[in-house]
Amino acid sequence: MPAVSKGDGMRGLAVFISDIRNCKSKEAEIKRINKELANIRSKFKGDKALDGYSKKKYVCKLLFIFLLGHDIDFGHMEAVNLLSSNRYTEKQIGYLFISVLVNSNSELIRLINNAIKNDLASRNPTFMGLALHCIANVGSREMAEAFAGEIPKILVAGDTMDSVKQSAALCLLRLYRTSPDLVPMGDWTSRVVHLLNDQHLGVVTAATSLITTLAQKNPEEFKTSVSLAVSRLSRIVTSASTDLQDYTYYFVPAPWLSVKLLRLLQCYPPPEDPAVRGRLTECLETILNKAQEPPKSKKVQHSNAKNAVLFEAISLIIHHDSEPNLLVRACNQLGQFLQHRETNLRYLALESMCTLASSEFSHEAVKTHIETVINALKTERDVSVRQRAVDLLYAMCDRSNAQQIVAEMLNYLETADYSIREEIVLKVAILAEKYAVDYTWYVDTILNLIRIAGDYVSEEVWYRVIQIVINRDDVQGYAAKTVFEALQAPACHENLVKVGGYILGEFGNLIAGDPRSSPLIQFNLLHSKFHLCSVPTRALLLSTYIKFVNLFPEIKTTIQDVLRSDSQLKNADVELQQRAVEYLRLSTIASTDILATVLEEMPPFPERESSILAKLKKKKGPGTVTDLEEIKKERSSDMNGSAEPASVNASAVSTPSPSADLLGLGAAPLANSAPPPSSSGSLLVDVFSDSPSAVAPLAPGSDDNFARFVCKNNGVLFENQLLQIGLKSEFRQNLGRMFIFYGNKTSTQFLNFTPTVICSDDLQSSLNLQTKPVDPTVDGGAQVQQVVNIECVSDFMEAPILNIQFRYGGTFQNLSVKLPITLNKFFQPTEMSSQDFFQRWKQLSNPKQEVQNIFKAKHPMDAEITKAKIIGFGSALLEEVDPNPANFVGAGIIHTKTTQIGCLLRLEPNLQAQVSV
Amino acid sequence: MWKIHFILLFSRQGKLRLQKWYTTLPDKEKKKIIREIVQIILSRNQKTSSFVDWKDLKLVYKRYASLYFCCAIEDQDNELLTLEVVHRYVELLDRYFGNVCELDIIFNFEKAYFILDEFIIGGEVQETSKRSAVKAIEDSDMLQETVEEYMNKPAF
Repeated sequence: MPAVSKGDGMRGLAVFISDIRNCKSKEAEIKRINKELANIRSKFKGDKALDGYSKKKYVCKLLFIFLLGHDIDFGHMEAVNLLSSNRYTEKQIGYLFISVLVNSNSELIRLINNAIKNDLASRNPTFMGLALHCIANVGSREMAEAFAGEIPKILVAGDTMDSVKQSAALCLLRLYRTSPDLVPMGDWTSRVVHLLNDQHLGVVTAATSLITTLAQKNPEEFKTSVSLAVSRLSRIVTSASTDLQDYTYYFVPAPWLSVKLLRLLQCYPPPEDPAVRGRLTECLETILNKAQEPPKSKKVQHSNAKNAVLFEAISLIIHHDSEPNLLVRACNQLGQFLQHRETNLRYLALESMCTLASSEFSHEAVKTHIETVINALKTERDVSVRQRAVDLLYAMCDRSNAQQIVAEMLNYLETADYSIREEIVLKVAILAEKYAVDYTWYVDTILNLIRIAGDYVSEEVWYRVIQIVINRDDVQGYAAKTVFEALQAPACHENLVKVGGYILGEFGNLIAGDPRSSPLIQFNLLHSKFHLCSVPTRALLLSTYIKFVNLFPEIKTTIQDVLRSDSQLKNADVELQQRAVEYLRLSTIASTDILATVLEEMPPFPERESSILAKLKKKKGPGTVTDLEEIKKERSSDMNGSAEPASVNASAVSTPSPSADLLGLGAAPLANSAPPPSSSGSLLVDVFSDSPSAVAPLAPGSDDNFARFVCKNNGVLFENQLLQIGLKSEFRQNLGRMFIFYGNKTSTQFLNFTPTVICSDDLQSSLNLQTKPVDPTVDGGAQVQQVVNIECVSDFMEAPILNIQFRYGGTFQNLSVKLPITLNKFFQPTEMSSQDFFQRWKQLSNPKQEVQNIFKAKHPMDAEITKAKIIGFGSALLEEVDPNPANFVGAGIIHTKTTQIGCLLRLEPNLQAQVSV
Repeated sequence: MWKIHFILLFSRQGKLRLQKWYTTLPDKEKKKIIREIVQIILSRNQKTSSFVDWKDLKLVYKRYASLYFCCAIEDQDNELLTLEVVHRYVELLDRYFGNVCELDIIFNFEKAYFILDEFIIGGEVQETSKRSAVKAIEDSDMLQETVEEYMNKPAF
């Protein structure tokens, strides 16, 4: 029992709660609750009108019962009645019941809204506060409809009390989050921005939250908030620790407001006005300096609040990604935290460094902490912290440290927590592939993965190792030898049997010369695992056996005997039985030639984006490993060299022609079907510069992604908090097909999901696009696919727009991205000799047939990367054609329905200075 | 954007003492989430960090005596400041109840709600000043009743 009852205590409630606490068993508790529910029901239904106190008490009992985990299906009307009481405590309980128990579709909403309306109009600040809290708590659409127009007025009215302003600001924020379409923008917005100057820090704190959310959606309209926020922040960080009185928290001046202001600034790029920018830099420096000062208090609250501001400042520095000095200082500060005795700080430092690793300015600085991070992986006692260490190692990995990081991750995997094993496996697989200079290392790594954590190696991982081995003949012999050795282990994982079976079936012949791995030994080794495996693996092994029949005719009879055995031919599993019967028959009747043709080595797989990456992204959900990180990492690995400015000279020449074999015949060019020179020119610049300026930005970031797709067909086109759009496309001649994958990253359904592909009038005549509609609901976490069939009728410049509209949790979402269908997708590579090339090059003398573009490379040029770009662009890369070996030469034909256009390309990099040719 | 999705208070025995949701979810889902989170947090050691990744959210929690306070925030949100949100809430309870204990929250859960509402609205911190936040509640309690008055009220 409480010793003292404050205010209007409810004795009956206290007694009931005591009773419940004294119940010896769950049954007794339920019995007591049912008794109470029956009692309340009869009181509510009784003839005698209840007084306010009783109503309040019973409603409160219902709330308590609800809190114990029981459903409450009555009492709502009584609670609504309490709202119109004049006694504050009764009104308060009524509102509490409604915020906890009323869902939005209730019929009572009208009555509740009426009561709220009265309280808002009462001019009594406590009543207004209660009403605003209730709207913010329920936040339903009906309430937004009723009050979204009213609340902005309360917020900016001159005579509104400060406490009411605070509630109004956050109430409006809640309504804006649930129903942005119902909150009208207007004159009030500019007055809200000026609340950043308000005298009352509580008002500023609440208003900053509102402004931040509004500014995210309407950056232009709230632009003036930047300078106001900077000056407010500057006043706070330079104030003495006691200046702000009640808003100083353990000697830290207004930490909540500081963090919110720093958040608001993260909605914008660095301020353009040099004065504002300078002042902000000063603020950030002051915050970094304060981190080095001795603490003003030993209390953890002091250090938490101080560091909360520091971490938010670092987030802003990373977001701006423009001040190398601040970035490096941030990195050093985090480096200190990596060794801090507070687990929380180590955790946060690892997390924050992860984003810092993707900035080109601080990537190198982050890498210097590799030993500490590896140590954290080995010694941290908290799995959350180890998880962050894995993330950071993954983020800081590049060519220079990949071997070390992969080795450490493999080490850790042996003892890693089960909950994070699969993710580590995926990360190791991705890093091993991405940074494999030496493919024997790659094969070793993946086999180690299977050995250490076979159960966590998903299909994608072992499919990928097979794709890579098949596509790279320099590693096939090594792979065969390694899997053969690995299979010798008495107990090996089934995934290893799969990889081993597949690889030996293809390349077993490469090691058959060694008597220790003769055909028969290989076969016996695999077959010794056969009966321990599941059906799909056995099916795979049967295919290996028939491949052996072709590779090693000397063991054909042994294999036929196995296939002929009852356990195969009469196997209960249809698939196994069918394979055994068919393979046996095939081996008996087919001639050696036919066998050799049917069972030929697998052709190389088409290059595609690693499906492992997609899997990791799906697993991690938003935030942790985004494609952005990928881009930045690629960029920063190019950056490692000198920052010396370089210039590249590209000259593209297009030869229009009505015939496919133009390049062979050198037919007369047709000027009117030539692609407009500017298009091929700017396309080229895009490829080599990552320049986002060439295309109009639609969704933020989409232009960047668009440029990346010029040279590749698969990947993530767009990603935000809610939605990820992935693409997979293939093109042949003038036709193409694109699969668009829409992934719902949230746990909530998308409704009315309608993606539309829009072509401008010009584009419609040259590009034929057909799409099928998709299901209008996308479940949380689900992915839907849409197919676009593409026909290129004639040459074109623009790209189609993909517009997506849907409802998410009551808010309407509308976004557009450019769909990367560019003319070069219909480019087919053509090989030709040096002589042919220059002969044609010279023929193209008409100015309309030539475009030359000189541009500054954004990054130091790496020959291999440039070559890959040219091939990705679609043209053939012609080696040893140009007399200058530093130049790159490409050739290809653009296929459209109406015509085919030959196209020649020369890229002359100039590494020293800006020289044009 | 900084936003608390929900706040849970529960005892070391796993009994829920307070739940406050700032996102709309069906009751069934809420119950499932509560069970899951209580179990995750109670199974963690003392020496670990105060942060746990949970779905797309992050749990930030701290134990005060026998009671756990847990907030679910978004992944990019400020974890340390959320710890101080919890601490400030405990301070507000302390100031109101005077040396708050779990029993105060059990028997006066409605007051615990009111104090929370003065401090946080819609998942956002409204008023960080201790004085202003408790004042509103204390205003309503001006009429301090005597023990006799209280004992004269019906006990059912």
